[in-house]
Amino acid sequence: MKLMKTLLTATAIMALAAGAAQAKQLVYCSEASPAHFDPGPLTGGNDFDASSHTIYNRLVEFVPGGTAVEPALAESWEVSEDGLEITFKLRPGVKFQTTSYFTPTRDLNASDVIFTFERQYKEDNPWFAYLDGMTWDYFQGMDMPKYIKEIVAVDDLTVKFVLNEPNSPMIANLAMDFASIVSKEYADQLEASGDLAAFSTQPVGTGPFQLVDYQLDTVIRYQAFPDYWDGKRNLDDLIFAITTDPSVRAQRLIAGECDIMPYPAPADIAVLQGNDDLVVLEQEGLNIGYMSYNVTEAPFDNVNVRKALSMAVDKAAIIEAVYQGAGQDAKNLIPPTMWSYNDSIAADVYDPEAAKKLLEEAGVTNLTTDLWAMPVSRPYNPNAQRVAELIQADWAAIGVTANIVSYEWTEYRERGKQTDRKGPFQIGWTGDNGDPDNFFATLFSCSAIGVSNYSAWCNDEFEALIQKAKTTSDQAERTALYEEAQVIFKADEPALTLAHSKVFMPMNKRVLNYTMSPLGNHSFKDVDVTE
Amino acid sequence: MLNYILRKLALIVPTLIGISICAFAFVRVLPGDPILAMAGQHGVSPERYEILREQFGYNLPIWQQYFNYVGNLLQGNFGTSLATKRPVLNEFMTLFPATVELAMVAMIFAIGVGVPAGVLAAVKRGSWIDQIAMSVALTGYSMPIFWWGLLLMMFFSAYLGWTPVSGRIALSFFLKPITGFMLIDTLLHGNWPAFVSALRHLILPAVVLGTIPLAVIARQTRSAMLEVLGEDYVRTAKAKGLSSRRVVSVHALRNALIPVVTTIGLQVGLLLGGAILTETIFSWPGIGKWMIDSIFKRDYVAVQSGLFLIACIVMAVNLIVDVLYAVINPRIRVQ
Repeated sequence: MKLMKTLLTATAIMALAAGAAQAKQLVYCSEASPAHFDPGPLTGGNDFDASSHTIYNRLVEFVPGGTAVEPALAESWEVSEDGLEITFKLRPGVKFQTTSYFTPTRDLNASDVIFTFERQYKEDNPWFAYLDGMTWDYFQGMDMPKYIKEIVAVDDLTVKFVLNEPNSPMIANLAMDFASIVSKEYADQLEASGDLAAFSTQPVGTGPFQLVDYQLDTVIRYQAFPDYWDGKRNLDDLIFAITTDPSVRAQRLIAGECDIMPYPAPADIAVLQGNDDLVVLEQEGLNIGYMSYNVTEAPFDNVNVRKALSMAVDKAAIIEAVYQGAGQDAKNLIPPTMWSYNDSIAADVYDPEAAKKLLEEAGVTNLTTDLWAMPVSRPYNPNAQRVAELIQADWAAIGVTANIVSYEWTEYRERGKQTDRKGPFQIGWTGDNGDPDNFFATLFSCSAIGVSNYSAWCNDEFEALIQKAKTTSDQAERTALYEEAQVIFKADEPALTLAHSKVFMPMNKRVLNYTMSPLGNHSFKDVDVTE
Repeated sequence: MLNYILRKLALIVPTLIGISICAFAFVRVLPGDPILAMAGQHGVSPERYEILREQFGYNLPIWQQYFNYVGNLLQGNFGTSLATKRPVLNEFMTLFPATVELAMVAMIFAIGVGVPAGVLAAVKRGSWIDQIAMSVALTGYSMPIFWWGLLLMMFFSAYLGWTPVSGRIALSFFLKPITGFMLIDTLLHGNWPAFVSALRHLILPAVVLGTIPLAVIARQTRSAMLEVLGEDYVRTAKAKGLSSRRVVSVHALRNALIPVVTTIGLQVGLLLGGAILTETIFSWPGIGKWMIDSIFKRDYVAVQSGLFLIACIVMAVNLIVDVLYAVINPRIRVQ
């Protein structure tokens, strides 16, 4: 009997060991610690990677590798004829994760959707300010309070968004990370216990992975959610090994300590590409680095002066020297991966002689101007100081003297948006939702002057086109409107569009099915690894 | 002795006030607006901006902000991180053991190598051993930490594969923290392979962090030994016919170690203050890296309280060193 027991125990241990050996694990060397795990108030890409793309879902989601929207927690949706109502049919039987701190008693329903959004704008909602000093940056930034009149439950599995005015980008907005659906039942449980802050540290979602453990600044551990509505994922365990230094991340990848990493240092890319065990994916980022002329300031109020100055800039040299090959010349404001990109627009030409002539014709001689350079490296412009130096040299060749100015980053943006700012201003943008409106209206609409329209440019024709496109639901019609808007933009040159940066994603060859997202997020939902 | 300790403790109060003013002033002279820094690329509306300024007390006169800050400190309230919205003290205490563990191992390495090297260099003064030891010490002292760390990492981790690249323990070990000290926790869990893994992860960061203290200790030991070796009592000991080994280890070293202990104490204080560069290179989750991350995130509350806490720790360590010094050297107490 004793022998039998021993044998059984040994067999059980072997079976467990075998099971453990078969568990599929992926280690992602992430670039920073998440602030917390409630995506609603968060803003950082690393925050979203650790929360909305692992633990949560949205009503609709971006297709892997693209910016089109596909059903997720909502099976389908309908937009009313007047564009003022969007009705979502929720997927039945969607489970919330069961954790050591919460056991759901019901599936996802309309109340969860309503709670998710109402907490972000109803100031009398106890969850509106459940953390000290919190703000709902994206909800506010995407103008959601302006558009949403109310959200009502038609029945348990039907939710209607009633809008104040038609807004075509709304569906894309709802695919953004801030719109991740949270559990009202869990929120009620925490409210009863008085520990609201736990909502941000002990998350519960419907997503493909659930949080197992987070050690501050060290490691985040997830395991596959077995009852995920789209079926259990291929990976059993997902680990985020937080490694802030890009060169160290690369070393860890080479040493096999992690399987995949984001944002390699430009200097490491060639080494990683040359490693037989690794593969480096690359994609144009959904971003734009540009230089805004203040069109209310002389002589930049003259379109020919703007054109002359742009013409004098050797963009190819900048992309070579500053982006180190990880950039692409930007002829339009939106990147080529975005729908409605107008490819018929001619690329900017570098012609210092013609520029000089154009300046002379405009009566501008001995021009001296400030030239603003960002103090920080951004995805769309890795070294604005260096770009400024190159532009300074280019302009010197046509007799323009540029004095480079810079301030601390928040101060820089504050000063930059003042309408009486002197001199061209380097800045950029990373797309939020893959909708062209997110570039055109955010950066160059008349209402964005003093906010994020650093050119103080208000062109009636351009404005009419982008406003019409915002309220039109037909995609083909919207495309035509945005294409025309790009022609006007180019003709009036309120800004010099510099470059779209390329994004690299090195990984071990054992990683399968990883798709890079143009929106810059990192999702491991469909990833598999070889045994 | 008690008098001595009380005198030292009394000095702490004005120092603490000075530190609180410095920490408070430091974050206020940093460029940028903390509220704007908290907002993402969309910024924050003017109305919300005012609400947040009021909520954080940034609308109050600067002196009132300072007194509120000191009042909170006296109640043990170090504030809530602007970035993570968690209490700063919790974050600090979670990460502090990692810094202490690294600092301790680095000091063991620095003392274990530095003191014998210094003694050897003094005893063999002018020989090739002395020349090599002091050249290595000078190189170690002058080496940029960031470069040295990456160099060792590339050679031992990436090229030879002998040590892990970064982190505190292999990711395959999932142990719940008990004390926060990985070496102790792995032993408490009774997990020997995990202990070995934690030790392997400590080697490179400890060597990098210990390099400068090692150089300082070696040079200090050498010069103290040279001074002592010239004393009359050492000559007497030699004249008595004692072996060189006994003269060096019993008569010379014990006396030479008095200034070395002070040096070691000061170095420990510095290391506990957060080995910013080493922790950053090796992704070591300690307070040095946390402070740097907080500065980059413009998390003013975390930076302000972190500075104050680190200064307190350095002060506490220095106090302990002073007391130990007084224990070793009775003349100090009388002075």
